[in-house]
Amino acid sequence: MEIFGIPLQALLSQLLLGLVNGSFYAMLSLGLAVIFGLLNVINFAHGALYMMGAFFAWMGLTYFGLGYWEMLLLGPLVVGLFGIIIERTMLRWLYKLDHLYGLLLTFGITLIVEGVFRSIYGVSGQPYSVPDALAGATDLGFMILPNYRAWVVFASLAVCLATWFVIEKTKLGAYLRAGTENPKLVEAFGINVPLMVTLTYGFGVALAGFAGVLAAPVIQVSPLMGSNLIIVVFAVVVIGGMGSIMGSIVTGLGLGVIEGLTRVFYPQASATVVFIVMAIVLLIRPAGLFGKEK
Amino acid sequence: MKRKTMKFGHKAISLAVAAALGFTACGVAQAQMSGSEVKIGFITDLSGVYSDIDGQGGVEAIKMAIADFGGSVNGKKIELLTADHQNKADIASNRAREWFDQQGVSLLIGGTNSGTNLSMAKVAAEKKKPYIAIGGGTARLTNEDCTPYTIHYAYDTVALAKGTGSAVVKQGGKSWFFLTADYAFGASLESDTARVVKAEGGTVLGDVKHPLSASDFSSFLLQAQASKAQILGLANAGGDTVNSIKAANEFGITKTMKLAGLLMFINDVHALTLNLTHGMYLTDGWYWDQNEETRKWARRYFDKMKKMPSSLQAADYSATTQYLMAVKATGTDDPDKIMAYLKKTKINDMFAKNGYVRADGSMIHEMYLMQVKEQSESKYPWDYYKVVQAIPGEQAFTTKAETKCSLWK
Repeated sequence: MEIFGIPLQALLSQLLLGLVNGSFYAMLSLGLAVIFGLLNVINFAHGALYMMGAFFAWMGLTYFGLGYWEMLLLGPLVVGLFGIIIERTMLRWLYKLDHLYGLLLTFGITLIVEGVFRSIYGVSGQPYSVPDALAGATDLGFMILPNYRAWVVFASLAVCLATWFVIEKTKLGAYLRAGTENPKLVEAFGINVPLMVTLTYGFGVALAGFAGVLAAPVIQVSPLMGSNLIIVVFAVVVIGGMGSIMGSIVTGLGLGVIEGLTRVFYPQASATVVFIVMAIVLLIRPAGLFGKEK
Repeated sequence: MKRKTMKFGHKAISLAVAAALGFTACGVAQAQMSGSEVKIGFITDLSGVYSDIDGQGGVEAIKMAIADFGGSVNGKKIELLTADHQNKADIASNRAREWFDQQGVSLLIGGTNSGTNLSMAKVAAEKKKPYIAIGGGTARLTNEDCTPYTIHYAYDTVALAKGTGSAVVKQGGKSWFFLTADYAFGASLESDTARVVKAEGGTVLGDVKHPLSASDFSSFLLQAQASKAQILGLANAGGDTVNSIKAANEFGITKTMKLAGLLMFINDVHALTLNLTHGMYLTDGWYWDQNEETRKWARRYFDKMKKMPSSLQAADYSATTQYLMAVKATGTDDPDKIMAYLKKTKINDMFAKNGYVRADGSMIHEMYLMQVKEQSESKYPWDYYKVVQAIPGEQAFTTKAETKCSLWK
């Protein structure tokens, strides 16, 4: 069976691979959406923090003998801690200013972090292999899927949905949302809003760190891995609607799939297709697919 | 009084003589050496995707060459200027122009990236100054875009294609599929290799073009696998090559197809480890573990950089040394005299044996087809390649029948 001259098998396998890449987009854009939604900060450092996550996985193994699973937990924690330091020492002075200042600060942080890693480790990157438990591949009939890629989809979906649940459906999430709407009033109820904001930023960047550790066995751990990805992820956030939690998850996965299909029909355009979608969405719905017009 | 005048007279004469002597000395020097220093400019990628294969290591190699030469030539101090072109052709050409016009740079060395090399070669030709291209791969530098002042020193895409392409076909890899970076360099590497493969009796079953710095290669690789070709030719470079090899291993593609890296450096192999690269074929102009001379230099480099040099870094050292030897031998930095000297003098050092610069600017030297060692064969750090075959320079590079360079017709 063929669709548009492409065998169904090939199409199915490309869809699945698109979903794997979409998982990374979803996780990264989710972190950006959480940070933008609650802090109004455009966190350009997200790509660099994702890269740090991957590097921590590699460092944990190389210097401390810590395996993949330990680092999957520790990596995001360390990245989150790093984020908290950034928020406490630098970012918080900019909340009253235009978005642009937050963007410039985080862009500067990106350049510094990438520069430091580049000068220490070079650009060719470091190898990191798939953990033993997930090595090997499963024959799905239409393609051979490495087990690790299946795990990426599973882990990222679980994390994304849990985040969505906490923010949209729990009391803590309600505080968070209220705190960003009207911080003065929420503080009057005895809730420590600045702490909440700090932790939110820490959590948002920890998501980037988590994505980084997940990516380490898939692509070469290199200082440039974040900047290769971050622009696409920003496009995903814009398409989904700035600040929309569910929007960023769904668009992340959706665009991964669209990209996967483009790779079959016209591979040269696969790096551009996300931006074409972005342009179309902005023309039709300027607030993004899931964003609310203000 | 008289005595005083006499004394004055002596003094005046000796002063005049000294001044006259000094003037002549000065005049002679000016005719031969253009400035108070010999300035060498080096423009390469110091921070981007190609900075491992050349970059800071290349700077260090040139510094080693200058230090080994004694730091001065014909009594003039040798000074090195370096700049990062950030892989942008306009930055490279603007900097080159500024250096020629304002700094009086007498030799420009071009590091990685074909686009920047083409633009710098143009400026150097316009200013009539020697230009040695090291890291850029494009064969256009000595073919349709050749100039009297360009020397292409280390390798080019034609040599890579002839080396890897024909050797792999001869080893039985008859059917090919290309994974190609979607820009000028990838396209020319693919077409050069495809031509060689067909000439040797192989077939090309197809290709897939991927965007530069693609985030994921699995989709492209599945298409390659579906072609059922024996050989997957990687017509890409740097991080793209590294990530495509990584994904090829993960998806089990290396079990059904053999990979051929059309532009790979030892840094890529080091980054990927032998686990992922063993058995791969590649062509390079130099390998640190070839003989006692290369090892000796490489170890000195290793002490400074903590990694083994790539062929480009070795070529940076060699090219600088050859230029300085030319300045010393001719006693001048006059561009035309230097170019004439370089084109008639054999190059014999740790980089090349009996190398020579042809009329089209190609530095003709042996190229080597290498195979990446199995893990069990690798005995010490950076022990990565075995030399399968040495390809004589005349066979490796563009031939007189193929050239479009007007200087070599």
